[in-house]
This record gives sequence, structure tokens and C-alpha cells, in this order.
Amino acid sequence: MAPGRRRHERLRWSKLYTFSCLRPTVVTDDEQPHPLQGPGYSRLVHCNQPGLHQKKPLNYCTNHISTTKYNIITFLPKAIFEQFRRVANLYFLLTASLSLTPVTPFSAVSMIAPLAFVVGLSMAKEAMEDWNRFMQDMKVNSRKVSVHSGEGRFGYKHWQEIRVGDVVRVEKDQFFPADLLLLSSSYDDGICYVETMNLDGETNLKVKRSLEVTLPLDGDASFRHFTSTIRCEDPNPNLYTFVGNFEYEKKVYALDPGQILLRDSKLRNTTYVYGVAIFTGHDSKVMQNSTESPSKRSRIEKKMDNIIYVLFTFLILISLISSIGYGVITKFGMPQSWYLQPSETSYVYDASKPVLSGFYHLLTALILYGYLIPISLYVSIEVVKVLQATFINQDIHMRDEETGYSAQARTSNLNEELGQVDTILSDKTGTLTCNQMDFLRCSIAGVPYGVVSSEVEIAAVKQIASEVSGTIEQHSSTQDFWEDSGDGFGSSECELEVGIARMVGKPQRPTTKGFSFEDDRLIHGNWAKEPNAGTILVFLRVLALCHTAIAEANEKTGAFTYEAESPDEAAFLVAAREFGFEFCKRTQSSVFIRERYSASEDPVEREFKVLNILEFNSKRKRMSVILRDETGQIILLCKGADSIILDRLSKNGRIYEIETIKHLNEYGEAGLRTLALAYRVLDESEYSAWNTEFLKAKTTIGHHREAELERVSDTIERDLILVGATAVEDKLQKGVPQCIDKLAQAGLKIWVLTGDKMETAINIGFSCSLLRQGMKQICLSVDSSNILSLNKEKAAKESTLMQIIDAHEMVKLEKDPNAAFALIIDGKTLTYALEDDLKNQFLSLAVNCASVICCRVSPKQKALVVTRLVKEGTGKTTLAIGDGANDVGMIQEADIGVGISGVEGMQAVMASDFSISQFRFLERLLVVHGHWCYKRIAQMICYFFYKNIAFGLTIFYFEAYTGFSGQSVYADWYMLLFNVILTSLPVISLGVFEQDVSSEVCLQFPALYQQGPRNLFFDWYRIFGWMGNGLYSSIVIYFLSIQIFYSQAFRANGQTADMAAVGTSMFTCIVWTVNLQIVLTMSHFTWIQHLFVWGSIATWYLFLIAYGMCSPVISGNAYRILSEALGPAPMYWAATLLVTLSCNIPYLVYIAFQRALNPLDHHVIQEIKYYRKDVEDQHMWKRERSKARQRTKIGFTARVDAKIRQLKRKLQKKVSSLSIQTQS
Amino acid sequence: MNNVNGSVVGSSSGSGDGSAPRRNSKRPKYSRFTQQELPACKPILTPKWVISVFTLIGVVFVPIGVASLMASNDVVEIVDRYDNVCVPLNMTNDKVAYIQNNETDKSCTRTLEVVPKHMSQPIYVYYQLDNFYQNHRRYVKSRNDAQLRKKSQENETSGCDPEKRTKDGAPIVPCGLIAWSLFNDTYIFAIGNKNLTVNKKGISWKSDRDHKFGKDVLPKNFQSGPLIGGGTLDATKPLSEQEDLIVWMRTAALPTFRKLYGKIEQDLNAGDVITVTLENNYNTYSFSGKKKLVLSTSSWLGGKNDFLGIAYLAVGGLCFFLAVAFTIVYLVKPRKLGDPSYLSWNRNPAGH
Repeated sequence: MAPGRRRHERLRWSKLYTFSCLRPTVVTDDEQPHPLQGPGYSRLVHCNQPGLHQKKPLNYCTNHISTTKYNIITFLPKAIFEQFRRVANLYFLLTASLSLTPVTPFSAVSMIAPLAFVVGLSMAKEAMEDWNRFMQDMKVNSRKVSVHSGEGRFGYKHWQEIRVGDVVRVEKDQFFPADLLLLSSSYDDGICYVETMNLDGETNLKVKRSLEVTLPLDGDASFRHFTSTIRCEDPNPNLYTFVGNFEYEKKVYALDPGQILLRDSKLRNTTYVYGVAIFTGHDSKVMQNSTESPSKRSRIEKKMDNIIYVLFTFLILISLISSIGYGVITKFGMPQSWYLQPSETSYVYDASKPVLSGFYHLLTALILYGYLIPISLYVSIEVVKVLQATFINQDIHMRDEETGYSAQARTSNLNEELGQVDTILSDKTGTLTCNQMDFLRCSIAGVPYGVVSSEVEIAAVKQIASEVSGTIEQHSSTQDFWEDSGDGFGSSECELEVGIARMVGKPQRPTTKGFSFEDDRLIHGNWAKEPNAGTILVFLRVLALCHTAIAEANEKTGAFTYEAESPDEAAFLVAAREFGFEFCKRTQSSVFIRERYSASEDPVEREFKVLNILEFNSKRKRMSVILRDETGQIILLCKGADSIILDRLSKNGRIYEIETIKHLNEYGEAGLRTLALAYRVLDESEYSAWNTEFLKAKTTIGHHREAELERVSDTIERDLILVGATAVEDKLQKGVPQCIDKLAQAGLKIWVLTGDKMETAINIGFSCSLLRQGMKQICLSVDSSNILSLNKEKAAKESTLMQIIDAHEMVKLEKDPNAAFALIIDGKTLTYALEDDLKNQFLSLAVNCASVICCRVSPKQKALVVTRLVKEGTGKTTLAIGDGANDVGMIQEADIGVGISGVEGMQAVMASDFSISQFRFLERLLVVHGHWCYKRIAQMICYFFYKNIAFGLTIFYFEAYTGFSGQSVYADWYMLLFNVILTSLPVISLGVFEQDVSSEVCLQFPALYQQGPRNLFFDWYRIFGWMGNGLYSSIVIYFLSIQIFYSQAFRANGQTADMAAVGTSMFTCIVWTVNLQIVLTMSHFTWIQHLFVWGSIATWYLFLIAYGMCSPVISGNAYRILSEALGPAPMYWAATLLVTLSCNIPYLVYIAFQRALNPLDHHVIQEIKYYRKDVEDQHMWKRERSKARQRTKIGFTARVDAKIRQLKRKLQKKVSSLSIQTQS
Repeated sequence: MNNVNGSVVGSSSGSGDGSAPRRNSKRPKYSRFTQQELPACKPILTPKWVISVFTLIGVVFVPIGVASLMASNDVVEIVDRYDNVCVPLNMTNDKVAYIQNNETDKSCTRTLEVVPKHMSQPIYVYYQLDNFYQNHRRYVKSRNDAQLRKKSQENETSGCDPEKRTKDGAPIVPCGLIAWSLFNDTYIFAIGNKNLTVNKKGISWKSDRDHKFGKDVLPKNFQSGPLIGGGTLDATKPLSEQEDLIVWMRTAALPTFRKLYGKIEQDLNAGDVITVTLENNYNTYSFSGKKKLVLSTSSWLGGKNDFLGIAYLAVGGLCFFLAVAFTIVYLVKPRKLGDPSYLSWNRNPAGH
């Protein structure tokens, strides 16, 4: 496992200032200025002459950025346009405007007010969001930076005033205001350190280095007469490439990304730099990397649109029937109806123009049957989602006690989408890991040191422990085996348990950042008492000397902090310091360390002369330093990937090889990053001979230089003596492996997208159980430098295709059902794989692999992987989770974006739909809240359509009985109240409080989550079922009521039922029916549901009484209807009882049958809980919990399973060999 | 362009002017409500419940059905259609001309069928109209409740189109099509030579008389236009006393409807033969509607209608059937409640 280090191949030799000698000063063959012709390379920058950029075509955009959607003038028209792009709103607008005309069956206010409410609310929300964006832009635009204002003077200007060509001076810890060409820095050789966290999420520093020619420009005054020209590529989003030429003093120099300082990265450890702006504002690379934030709508909502279309078609159909009927009756029937005075025509009633009348009637009908598509649905859903979001925000189980951050639903319209996630795309750094390396263990001279268990081990033990107790019967043979084999699985378990006990026992141990090592044999100078003290000394010196970091003394405490290019190098230095080998200074040619051999002694400062540094690169997978110690001895210290080092050992250097390999494997299993350390003592003569060759290689001109250097380095890094190995834990965030395990059990696929190197990514894959031993890794990578063909692009693509096809074959040919594949692909290859002709093949390969890890992907690629591939290719719901600015694209692009709050700034959070403070909360967010919200919203929408169909169709039937004249049997007030008061609160309580199973059960049975991705509760079958139920109810309600109140007296006093009585009775039936229906739908009744459901019914009667007491001018025929007419009539109550129960019996039969014959998982679990079987039969409960998971190939559980299989196989072998022995 | 925004925000927080972590601020208080852990009852549809619910419905419904049917059977109803017979023989081909002619004699004598059973008082007299769309929207809308209520508002004729005002603009009271088309057939009943008194008081809702139709509102300009609709009103009697109008103004829900005409407040014996002398004034011939005269007693449930009873019996019977059916289902395919073997992962061990 090689160290993941240098950011970019190009940066390899632009090294620490002490070693700048390696870079040739002459312009070599392969660094000829680029030809830079043709499209894409048209940008011309006149440095220090921003005035030249005032005119076209050089008038580039300013550094002002604007991310707002609207401005004051465009807000109203644009926002209104946006609002009415939604079909439903447009329909409501249509009906509302029709309600102003005389064709309306209802009053205009009752149509316009709800629409205005809904639209107004959304627009206010838009305005708020845009205002926030505007304020943020303002803040950024008005940041100040020092800009050359002529005559060698610098003055502060706002960021937005910077123009292309301006020379700016950026101070330490400031952000670069635009993409700059580095001219010079406070360091003599023009390097500077840059933190690119906002670009790629990495916190380690990168080195940028100016061209030699611009080094003299290191003071304000030197810019007085500075002019030059840059020709370069046009603005593009590639963060890691830059092609350009720098023309200065009549010479042309080639530029590469090593000289470019990108906007939004930060200057670190460098007092100041001078740079000239190349790309400003929206031209800068980070801005180019931005993707438009799409407005996200959940799958359910999109499907709801389809239901709306279905209903709308239905609405138009019945409106057409109604209007045709009306036309026909008006023409043929009504002229004879003298009581209507057909001779007195009006435009809605004209027997001589039935078509026109029919048309007007169509409009009336559209409004009348508008109850099929209720505007209240949208209002209710909004309300429910906001309340659901509040519950998510309030959940104390998703609150990080350390930071005080709670989970936050930033947009409420995706709650139910959380319950349907299929693929999770995760960032690595900061999301899965803390990006903090902890030195955990080491093996020196074949002796393992360090007792602290890695998180992976702890979690694994816990998992295994619960697994074992849960499956004793099932795996009795395995269990026996474990007990038999003393040094097998069981013992390591014991060790781990000891480790856990230790951790638990001393929870408050003083921690040093990057150092969790614990072993009394080594610390406090005790190592000197160890038998192999000499080897340990070498080991610690390798740690302290073999690196490229620089030390910074804290002025107050005198303690050293280390700025290394990779966090694990820093961890080594911290470890060395803790062991008593403190690296304190680096000069041009030497490294100084303070060595302390025992706790009582004073440290001795030693100087090691650095003769050569053989850098790390991904091909070599090792680095070495050649030093001359104080005694004049020349030693080579080397650290590198174990496989590489082990190949290079001398014969007598292999004393500890076997033990070390064993330890390395153990560390690897434990999810740690390992490196092997070795050294070699060189003869003076041998060294000088080699050094001459090395110098020669260094001065080689042309593209052979690197190969030559590599070859020469290789010759000296041989015959090494193995010292030991280190194991560093890339500290995972708390609970990550468990969370991944649970998510995997819930059937979710997890892809990791990281900007890191492949090796690092694989390590993390191991530590969070996305990868495990025995998994077949498919690595797709194209090394374009190896391709000599003229058409590199094409060749690379072909190679990618070949690799994909090969991998496909491999997956297909695999017979073992337990075999798992892991796909690991790097960013460059991904570019090819994402091209249109390859992406489908790539996708199908990726889908077949248990885990997918994409390394070295750019932010834009992250977004593209998400969109182009997973979202569109599989058609499944994707969730992206990340914490840095580099994840913003993917967070926005995925169906759901989750931001990790509180670690790396807020940019990911700002772009996200949900924010949580730790990855582990994702489990609860999805498995509990997602599951609940999905079911709630799905049931709520279905029920909503049901109740409006049941209600709306009765209006239609009645209308047919009135000669299609558009008369409603209900009073206007009933209809208005139906959706607003009488049925709204129960359905909202369904949407907010319903729980099929409690949150603990959700977590214990992750398989329940699959009900969401499989969409069991919102498929067309179910939707149409509900609609059918609504249709049935409407028929029963209408025809039973009509028959009961037909024409005879409906009470003892002989009165017959008029329209008001029939209508009110029918409406009573509806209120009862739909409220009883929701009772049957709900499975969880708190006092709130009871209050709302029964309260709604009571409200109806109260309303009737109150309405009946209003002046008859308002109530019309409903005056005293309940108290005088209906209340005393037994028939009214008898009708209510009959109709209500008749409507609900079929649903009752359906759910009873379903539960009896084909119960869903949550039904069974409800029953177990109801009968407290989980308490009585804990064993069964535990067993079911362990089985309640999707077949998964990733996560701990899968690891444990694989281990069990492996052990079983071993056992079988043993048994068979035994039997053979006994036979013979 | 949110991303742009995002990164910019990032840099602002990165440079230190962003929000500092709110350390332990706003610690949400634990409450069972916000944690969604309110005590709840979680009923389960167990076989016991299913069977007992259906049985219970059956047990409740069947007696109600029987009682309703009995009540309906107790009601004695005499129906007589007269519109087709109360036309002089020479006019049968042009009934409309007959009915529209004010000169012809409209009276007609009918002998109703023999009273089948003892009818105890009060006996309600209804007229029934068929195919009369009192529920047509144009018709239903055509009234003004304010005008009916107070004399001061007699100019309120909005909504009364097309029967609003007379030609010279004076408001019609009561305005609108409903009042204008008032039913105006009259019936005089007799058994042998003895006339039966028909009490026309108290046939409307009391609240209508007291609050909806004003005691000071007198009919005005009623039926004075060129088109004469239905009956006329006594211009000296306030609307609150014009109970025929009050009943008529309660628009019926369906095109076939009965309205109370009056009450006969004496018992009729089985075998009584009732003769009716009626005035066949109202035009139903134009729209081929029927006119019927109905004499009916009432039970505690109202008039004669078997439907309610039958429906109750049917639903009750269905529920008994369902109770039995579910019992069989539970016996044939018993499932132990909470049996984990029905969990999807146990039923389909190969995974999903």
C-alpha cells in the first residue's frame, strides 16, 4: 500500500525550495512553447496593462460574480413564469380566471384565494433564497485584495474590480481572487503553498512554483515597468490542466498548471505572492466547474404529475360528457320546459345555440369538477413536508453533541425521496474519513508494537460477537471450528476484545493529533530497553528523516507543527516526535532532529546532511533519502509500498521478513495503511559512483530524463535491509463502517468518488469494508504516457474499452455466487468511460460490481458520474453526500444532495438538500426518516386522490340528474370546507405522524427500507386501486342516498327531502366515509390522530348547527337543517350508518385478506411487536434481525460472512485430509 | 448557478468570517412529540377483530333492516296518476293547448283505489311531478332569499333572471322562476258525500315560515307579465302564510319529486272509496311530465320505501357471509400472527 501523496504528476519535481536544483533551468525539448493555435487557445492577456482589456475582443468578463436568478425588475415576471410553468398551477389559474366570469358555479374568492396563497408562498420562498444568494455575492465581490495601481504602487481594491492583466499581491491565508499566474513569492525561488480545499476537498498543501524568469519581480517597485503577454487556452473547467505561453522580454516560455493559482484556493505558509490575473469572474476555473443547480422534485411528485394528467384527462372527459349532455338536453329537452322560460335566452342557456351553450357549460363543468384535482393537495403536501422536515431537524439522534449541529432538511420537498434511494455516491475525505492520519501500530524487527485497535477491528468484533450469538444453531459447525482453532479467528477476537476493553477502560486518554499509538515498550524512551534497540533506532530515524515536510515552530509554545504534503507523512513526524525523535529544522542541505534516548535525558540535536532525495511517484511507490550522518556515514533511508520494498531487500536484510509480512497482512486486514521501512548503508565510493550517474541523468535533456532518473534511482534502492513497517489509520469518521454496513443491508449501493489517489482510495475502501480480502478488484486505468501512438486520445479510449470488455467477461464467467467484484477507476479513464459510446458498457459493469470506487475525479466529473451515469443510466434514485466545495456539483446533480456540516466550511451544505454533521447520521436519515416520509407521503397522496374522487364524482352524478345543468347538490360552503377543514387535518396527521413501525424497528430491520426503492406504496397498481376505491365510494354514496331519499317522506311528519336535505345527508356520508377510511389506513394512533379524525367529524356537525343558525340569506335552504329537518329524522342517521359502512367494507376486506394471506414485512413485525413476541422470544427476534437484510457483498457483515465461508472451506479441507489420513 | 454561489460561500466561511460552530447552542429539548415517540395505540387487524367486526355489523344491520322494512310495510300509500286521464277526450291530441287555454274547464273527478288498510291520521296528501327539473341550475338559482324575507328588500331581485321585474321595471315579489312556476292544481277529497277536510297549515318547515318568508312581505306584480307560469298568490296574504309557495320553493333534488299538499286529519278505514275533485291547472304536458296524487300515512321512518330496509339486510347479510368466509380462510390457511416465517427474507431465501 503505497503512500498517496503528490497531487499531480507535474508537480513531482517542483519541490521544496531546498531541492530546487533538480529542475533544469534550460527550456528542454518537451517544454517547448505550445504551438497554441486554433480554436480553444485564443486568450491573450496583457500583463500589467489591464487598460488594454477595455476593448473587444480582449474585453473579458470582470471579476464580478453574480449567482442570483433574478434582479429587481425581472423578479416578478420571471418568478411568476416559473410558478405557472407547473401544469397544476396553470390549471388553477385558468379556473380562477374563469371564476370571474358568470359561468362559474362557485364564488370567485373561493377559487382565487387558495391559488394566491400557494403561488405567493412559493414566490416568497424564491425571493428569500435569491436575496441570500445576492448577499453572498456581495460579500465575495467586495472582498479586498492588493492590486498594482501603476508606478510600482499597490492599493487595495474590491475583488469585483480586478480585471484581466492586473498584477495582484496576495498575502498569507488569503484566497486568490481570480485564476492567477504566479510571478514570484516571498520565497527566493518562487514557490508557494496552496490549499485547494474548496476545489478538490483536500486539505494537504500543494506547491506552486513560478517561472525562473519572473523571480526577480519580488517587490512592489519591480512592477513599475513590468509588461508581458500570455497566450493561453480559453476558459474551461479542467482544474488540473493549463496550456499557455508566457512572452516576456521577447522570449517565450511554456506555462503549465504548476504556475497557476486558482480562484478560491488559499495561500498558505507563504508570506505573499505576486500574480497576474488570467481568468476572472465567471471565466475562472472554479466558476466554470459550477453546474446549474437544478430544482429538484421527488420521484413521487413527478409521478403525482402523471396522476394529475390522468385525472385531468378524466376531468376533461366528464366535463365533455357533461357539456355534450347539456347541449343535447338544452336543444331537445328544455324548449318544452316552460318553467325554465326557454324563450328568455342567455348565453349559457340558449336552445337555439346548443353548441355555444355547451361550450360555456364546458367551462362551468371544468370548475365544478375541479375537486378531482384539488389545489388543497398542494397546500397539504407543502404543510406536511415542512412538518416532516421539522421532525428531521429536531431529531436528537441525528445531533452531533460535539459540534452542536443537528440534521437539517434544507429543502423540504425531497423528504419522501429519502425513502427511495438506490445508490449513494459518497465523497471520501471529510465524509467517510476525518482526513486525519493516526499512527496506530508498527512492526519493528519483527515485533509488533501498538495495542490500540483500529476502528474497523472494534466494529468487526462487535459485529462478529452479535453474529455469533445470533447464529449459534445455524452455524454450529463454524462455531465449533472457531473454538477448536486456537490461533484462528477466536484468538484474534480475544485480542481485539482486549483492545476494546482497553479503549473503553481509558476513554479519556490524552490524544495527540495524528498519534493514537499506545505501547509502553516504545514510548517514554523505553524502546532503548527492547532487545532490538538498534533496529528501533533506525526505524525511528527513518520516520524522522525520510520525508519532504517542513517544520514550523509555534512561537508561543515552541512546539513544532509539520506541514507535509500528505497527512500520513505528518503522522509519521508526530509519531517520531512522540518517540523522542523530533524533527525541528530543515535547511538548504540538512535536516536537524532532536533525539532523546530516555525520558530523563536532554535531547541531542543532530544534523543529517541531505545528499539526495529520490522522490515518490505513483510508479515507484517509494521514496528515499540519502543522508550523511554526523559520523560521515552515508545511509539511504527508504519507505514505500510493502511489495516494492520486499522485492528490494538484500539477503541479510530479510531477517524480519516473515514476521513483518504477517504483520503487514494483519494491518491491512484491520484497514490500516501500511508502509515498509528499510535502510541501507552506502560506501563512499559506491555512492559517488552512483551520484555521478544520477547527476548525469538529471541533466539529461528531453523526455528520457524521467525514465533515466528512475532507472538510476532504481539502481541504488537495492539490497535494502528491512527495518519494519508502519500502520497508519486514516481515521474514519465516527460510526462510518457500521453505517455503511447498515446501508448495505438496506440494499443500498455505495459508490465512493474521491479526488484522492487510487491507493488511498483503495485503503479507505478496505477500512470502511467496501473492499475486503478476496474481493476481485477490477482496476481501470489508462496510463497515457505509455501510449506512443500519435492519437493518444483514441488509443486511450480504445484501451479503456478493452479493459471494460475484459472486466465484463471476467464478471460473466464468474461462477461462484459469493464472488464479489470491486471496480476501481481513475479520473482520466473515467473521462473516456463517460463518453457516450462507452458509458452504457461501463455502467452495466459498474452495476455488476459490489462496490465502485472512482479516484482522482474532478468536481465536474463527480457531477457527471452522478448525472450522466447513475441517475439516467439506471433510472434509480441517487443520493450524493459530500462535505467540500468540490462536492457541490455532485450534490446538486444527484436526486438528493446531502452535505456534511461543520467541518470544511459551508459550501456543500449551502448547496445541499439535507445537511447532517456526520456520515453515520445518514443511516437514520434514510432508514428511519426516509422510510417514514416515503410511506407517509405515498399514502397521503393516494388517500387524497381517493377522497377527492369520492367527493368529486358525486357532484358529477348529481349533475347528470339535473339535466347536466351544472347544479351542485351541496351548498357552496360544504364544498369549500370539504378540503379546507373537514378532511384536511386527518390527512395531514397521516402525512406527519403515521409510523408503520417504530424507529428502532426501522433500524433493526434495514430490509424494510427496500419497500421504498421498490416503490411498493406508490405504484400504479396501488394508485389505481385507491382511485377505484374512490370511484366505488362515490357510487355507493350517491346512489344509496338517492334511493333512500327518493321521493317519499323522510320523516314521521311527512315532509319530503328537498335538495338541501339530500345534499347535506350525502355530504354527511362523505365526511364519515373518508374519515373512517383514513382510520383504516392509519396504523398508528396518538391522541393527535384521534383528535383530528373524530374532531373532523364533530366539526362537520358543529358546522351544520352553526351554519343552520346563520341568517337564511346566507344559509338558504340549509337554514336549521340539522336541528329541524335532519336531526330528528331517523332516516338521516340510518342512511349515514349504512352508506359509511358500505363504502368501507371492501377496503376492510382487502386489508384483512392481505394480512391473512400475503402479509408484508411490516405487517408481520407489527404483529410481533403487538404480541410482544420480541420480548418473549428474544432469540427469534435477534435471528430475524440478523436476517433482515439485503444480500450484500460489502460492509462488515459481508466480511464476516466471507470469513465464515473461508473458515468452512478450510474446515472441509481439514476434514477431508483427515479422512484421507485415516483411510490410509 | 448555485454551485458558483456555493464555492463562494465556502471561501467566505473559509476566510474566517463565516459562522463559528454553534457549540451546544440551541440544544433541542427532548420531547416525545418532537422525537415522534408519543404513546400510540397500534391496533392490528387480527382474525378475531375481522370476524367480530363483520359479525357485529351483521348483528346490527339485520335488525335495522327488518325494522325499516316493517316500518315501510306499515305505511299505506295510495297513488293515482291523473294527468293523462283528466283531459277531455276531444283534447287528448293536443293536451298542451288544452292546459294553456284559460277558458276551458279544468275540473276533473277521480275515484281513487279502495283504501287497502286502515289509514290512521294524519294522512299526508302529496302531489308528485315527474320529469320536472326543479333542480336545473337556471331554475334553482332563480330566486332571492333576501326579498322573500323582508319587505324593505323587495327591490332585491338579483339572481331572479329571467323573472325579475315587470316591463315597467317594478320588482316582482316573489321574483324568480321557482315562484313563477308555482304548482296550482287543487284537490277536494270526499268519501261518498262527506267531504274530507284537508289541512293546508303546517305543511312547510316551521323555520321557513318564521324566518325565511316575511310576515310583512305581500305578493306584488306576481304573474302580471305576458307569460303566466303557474299558480297565483293571494296578494293580501303575507308570504309566511302562503304555505304552498313555501313548500314549492324548497327545490327538489331529483326530477321526480313529491311535495306536501296538505294533511287529512282523520282516519280512513279499509274499504273506503275516496273521490277527488281536482283542478287540472298545471301544465306538465309540454315536457311530458306526469302528475300523481299520493295519499300516504307515515311511520317513524317516514313514507313507504323498502330500499333502506333491503339495503340494510343485504349489507348485514353480506357481512355475515364475510364473517363466515374469513373464518374459513383463517381455518384453511391459518397464519400464526407474528410468525416470522412470513417475513420476505424467510419466504424468499434467495434474496430479493
